[in-house]
Amino acid sequence: MALKPAQKALGPIRRSFAPWLDPSAVPLIRFENVVKRFGDFTAVDDVSLDIHEREFFALLGPSGCGKTTLMRMLAGFEAPTSGRITLAGKDLAGVPPYRRPVNMMFQSYALFPHMTVAQNIAFGLKQDGMPKPEMEARVTEMLRLVKLEPFASRKPHQLSGGQRQRVALARSLAKKPKVLLLDEPLGALDKKLREETQFELMDLQQDLGLTFLIVTHDQEEAMTVADRIAVMNHGKLVQVATPGEIYEQPNCRYVADFIGDINLFEGTVTSAQGGLVRLKSPEAGAEFVTASEAALQPGAEVALAVRPEKMRVSLEPPPAEATNPLRGEVWDIAYLGDWTVLLIKVEGTEKIVRVSRANVTRSEARPIGWDDKVFLWFAPDAGVLLKS
Amino acid sequence: MTDVLTPDPEAPRAVAAAGPQAAAEPLGAGGWKRWLLIGIPYLWLLALFLAPFAIVLKISLSQTTIAQPPYEPVLDLAAGWQGLVDFVSGLHLENYSILFEDEIYVASYLSSLKIAAISTLLALLIAYPMAYGMARAPRSIRPTLLMAVILPFWTSLLIRVYAWIGILNPDGLLNAFLMWTGAISEPLYIMNTETAVYIGIVYSYLPFMVLPLYSSLEKLDETLLEAAADLGSPPWRAFWQITVPLSLPGVVAGCFLVFIPAVGEFVIPDLLGGSETLMIGKTLYNEFFLNRDWPVSSAIAVLLLLVLVVPIAIYNNVQAKELGGKA
Repeated sequence: MALKPAQKALGPIRRSFAPWLDPSAVPLIRFENVVKRFGDFTAVDDVSLDIHEREFFALLGPSGCGKTTLMRMLAGFEAPTSGRITLAGKDLAGVPPYRRPVNMMFQSYALFPHMTVAQNIAFGLKQDGMPKPEMEARVTEMLRLVKLEPFASRKPHQLSGGQRQRVALARSLAKKPKVLLLDEPLGALDKKLREETQFELMDLQQDLGLTFLIVTHDQEEAMTVADRIAVMNHGKLVQVATPGEIYEQPNCRYVADFIGDINLFEGTVTSAQGGLVRLKSPEAGAEFVTASEAALQPGAEVALAVRPEKMRVSLEPPPAEATNPLRGEVWDIAYLGDWTVLLIKVEGTEKIVRVSRANVTRSEARPIGWDDKVFLWFAPDAGVLLKS
Repeated sequence: MTDVLTPDPEAPRAVAAAGPQAAAEPLGAGGWKRWLLIGIPYLWLLALFLAPFAIVLKISLSQTTIAQPPYEPVLDLAAGWQGLVDFVSGLHLENYSILFEDEIYVASYLSSLKIAAISTLLALLIAYPMAYGMARAPRSIRPTLLMAVILPFWTSLLIRVYAWIGILNPDGLLNAFLMWTGAISEPLYIMNTETAVYIGIVYSYLPFMVLPLYSSLEKLDETLLEAAADLGSPPWRAFWQITVPLSLPGVVAGCFLVFIPAVGEFVIPDLLGGSETLMIGKTLYNEFFLNRDWPVSSAIAVLLLLVLVVPIAIYNNVQAKELGGKA
C-alpha cells in the first residue's frame, strides 16, 4: 500500500489506514452509477462510490441531500431506479432486506416496545434460528459491550434516551453484520453524551473490525468518527475524502462553506508562476499571494478561501515579512471559552472577515475589544484557491 | 439534612414506588375542584345507572301479582317502621331458583354466550384485515375510509336489520342474485336461523371492532417493521412478531365492545332469528312483555349482569394496564 508521492498529509492520518489509496484493494461496497427517483424528484443522482472493508465511512450533507436514501438502498428498503449496488462482489438487486448481511441502527432506534432489552437484542439471532445457549451467550456479550447488563429485563420505555440508543446499537451488532449502517444514530442525544458516544463508536468499530457506514448532517460528528467522508448535495457526491482533506482542501465552494467556517475573497488572478498565484481582490481592497499548483491564466476569476483560525490578528503591526496584510476594525466578538471569534470589518470596504483565536492564556494584558483597529495577515499556504 | 453531597438514597426510590399517580397528585388546597369534576359524572352514573339497577334488583326479589305494579311487596312509607319490616321480610330469592330449575333460562344464557363468542370471532377475522388496510392506506384517504365505517350509524339499527330481512328472505335479494348467477337452484333458507343472527350481529357490531383495531394499528410505527426485516424477519413473520402483539390492546378492546352488547342483544335475534334462536335478550323480552312476569325478568337481567361482570372486569384490567404501561 504505497502512498502516492504527491499525497501530502492533510490533518491527522488515522492509524495509517487508507485502503482507498491502494489501486489493487477490492472495495467491500460498490455503488455504481446509482440513481433513485421518487416521481419527478431525483433523490440520488448518479452516485458511484467505493467503501472498503473495516472503513468507518460517513455520508454527510444537509437534510434532503439523498444520504439517507443512499443508505436505505444498501439496506434494501428502497430499490435503485438505475445503477448497481454490490456487497463483497455480489449484486444486491432483488435481495430483500431480511436476506442482506447488513444491519441498521435506526434514527428513531425502532426498538420493539413489547419486548425486553434482551428480547430486542436476541430478535435478529432468533430469526436465524440460532440455538438457545449460543443465543443467550451472544445477548450477554452484547449487553456487556454496551454496558447494559443490569437492564436486560427492562422494556424500552423504562430506559433513558442514551440507554435506548445503546440497546439499538447492541441489537444491530448482535448478528455481527458485514456492514453496520447508522442512520443519524446520535441525533437524539445531548451534546455531551453525543461526543462520548462518538468516541465509543470509534473504539467499537476498531475492536470489532467491522465496516461502519454512518449518515449524519452533523459535520463535527462525521469528522470525529469517520475515516472518509462523502459530502453530498442535491443527490450528488460533491467530495469524497478524509476529514483532513475535506477541511483543508475543499474542492469547491459548497464543501468549503458547508464544513466549518471560511472567509472567501473573490478576485482576479494577476500572475501565476513558480507555485505562487497572485490575485487582486477588489472586495477586500487588497492583493493576495497564495501557494497553488493550479495552472491559471492571468485574468481568471477565483476565490481565495481562508479558514478563520489560519488568519493572524494583532493590535501591533505585523512583522515585515508577513504576507497578505489587511487592516480592519473589530465589528463583533464572540467568546466561546476555548476560542474567541472576531468579526473584523476590512478598512475601506464592507468586507467582514472572520478570525478565530485560541485562548491559550486565561487573561491578556490588552485584549482585543470592540472597535479596536487591528492588523490581519495570513501565510501564503493558509488559503485554498477555488474556482468561481 | 445539610450535606448536599450525600442525599438520602431512599428518597428517589420512595417516589418511584409510589408511582406516577402519586407524583401527579396536586398538593394541598385546590383538591376539591378535582373532586367536583370527578363527582359530577359519578352523580350522573349514580342517578341513571345505580338507582334503576337497585330498583331492578328489588323487583327480582319480589313476587309477581296481578296488580299495579305487577309485583309485591311495595314499600309503604306511610306504615312507618312496620311497613319497612313487612317490605324486607316479603323479599325472597325464589325467582333466581326458577332460573336454574327451568332449563330454558340456562340454555338461553349458554346460547347467548355461544352466539356472542362466535360473532366476536367472526367480526375479528373480518375487521382485522379491514383495519390493517385502512391503517396502511395513504394518509389522505384514511378519513374517508373511517367515515365509510361509521356511515351505517347514520341509519337506525332497526332499519338496517329490517333491510337484512329483505336480503336474506327466501325470495330476497341474496337468493335472487345467487339463483340468477346459477350458483344455486333452490333458495337458501337463511332467514330465521342462527346463521341469520350471526350475519346480523357481525354486520351491526363490525364498526365497534374495526375502530379500536384501526386506532392501534394506525399508531404502529412502520420503522419497527423495517427493523424486523433488517434483522432477518420476512414480512409474514414480522406480522406475527410485531404487528399482532402491538395491536393486541385493540383486539381486546374490539372483542369486548362486540361481545358484551352481543350477549344481551334482543333486536337482531328477534327480527332475524325467528323462534328457533334462543338468546337471553329475547327470553327476557318474552318474560317481561308476554308473561308480564316482572320479577323473573328482573332476575334474568341481574344474572345477565353478573355473567358479564367477569369479561367487563378483564376488559377494565387490560385497559388500566395499557394506560399504566404508557405512563
